[in-house]
Amino acid sequence: MPHIDLKNDLPGARSAFAYSPETAEPIGILAEILMRSDEGLTRSERELIGTYVSYLNDCFYCHHSHGAIACIYLNGDRQLVEQVRKNYQHAAISDKLKALLQIAGKVQQSGKAVTPDDIENAREAGATDKDIHDTVLIAAMFCMMNRYVDGLATTAPTDMSSYPLRAKQIVETGYGSHIYKSAQPASDQT
Amino acid sequence: MAYIDLKNDLPGIRGPMAYRPETAKPLNELAEVLLRNDDNTLTRGERELIGAYVSYLNDCFFCQNVHGAMAGHYLQCDIEQIDAIKKDFDSTGISDKMKALLAIAASVQKSGKDVTAEQVEYAGNLGATDREIHDTVLIAAAFCMYNRYVDGLSTWAPQDRQFYVNRAPMRAAEGYIDFDLYR
Repeated sequence: MPHIDLKNDLPGARSAFAYSPETAEPIGILAEILMRSDEGLTRSERELIGTYVSYLNDCFYCHHSHGAIACIYLNGDRQLVEQVRKNYQHAAISDKLKALLQIAGKVQQSGKAVTPDDIENAREAGATDKDIHDTVLIAAMFCMMNRYVDGLATTAPTDMSSYPLRAKQIVETGYGSHIYKSAQPASDQT
Repeated sequence: MAYIDLKNDLPGIRGPMAYRPETAKPLNELAEVLLRNDDNTLTRGERELIGAYVSYLNDCFFCQNVHGAMAGHYLQCDIEQIDAIKKDFDSTGISDKMKALLAIAASVQKSGKDVTAEQVEYAGNLGATDREIHDTVLIAAAFCMYNRYVDGLSTWAPQDRQFYVNRAPMRAAEGYIDFDLYR
């Protein structure tokens, strides 16, 4: 049960967003820019970074939600998402993404944990300044979202079949207030 | 020197904000709503204090000094008094409700899962509303983002702490949205 009366029975972040629309608005805009920009990193790379950081923060709702979104971008390759979460070094992803996940993992611990070597490795693997910037800010944003979701003890659906439905909604319509204002995606919808 | 070429020599978060204005906009809008909007029963000083305290726990020099100075400006106390709160708020004269909210913020800094129902109930018994608890959690969480953004890119920070105190009245007057990053 959530720590405070959120006045809705929406899941996870959606519940906190609906409780506080004035803070949800800039967060939604930030997520839309960071997670759906097609410049530099791909959408699947962005979502994998978010999934990985959420996994490290042990945020059940976020890592399953963003893992499901990444899965759609990866044409249903659930195994790859699982590998990135648990052992990205051995996943079939680019060296660049591996180096960026290493930076994201450091940011999860502390901004100060990122070293010049981490940055150098990413550069050598082809990461641009903007890729590095976005990786740091995506990882940092998930350190906020994971704490927001779990710090209020929002409800995470135990019905795992609901995650791909919400993921599909994000992939098709993006981040923003519609994800808590409109009816939640249900399995009987197409 | 910052890890990437930010194409400006601004200190702290202003460096990456000027580098990527698209993300700076919502980051600043969030700060404005959380820290400065007056439709809130926590004072601006109390909210800045939560941000300064979390930044201190995250060892982010730039953020703890910016927001420590902001808290000092609103609460009319000096650097030493803010430092005393950051180091051991329990032994200072702040309200019991604020102590309970800072304890929640400290848990959030470690992990969202560290916040307990007991902590929240305790804060509620001392008069904290659901809204105040929500805002405390989100302010603490947001600073876990801002601090990582600032330090993860290894931005530079002025070491003279008076720099931050001197700027606080201007930031308090202008707010976090309509201001010139380069000034």
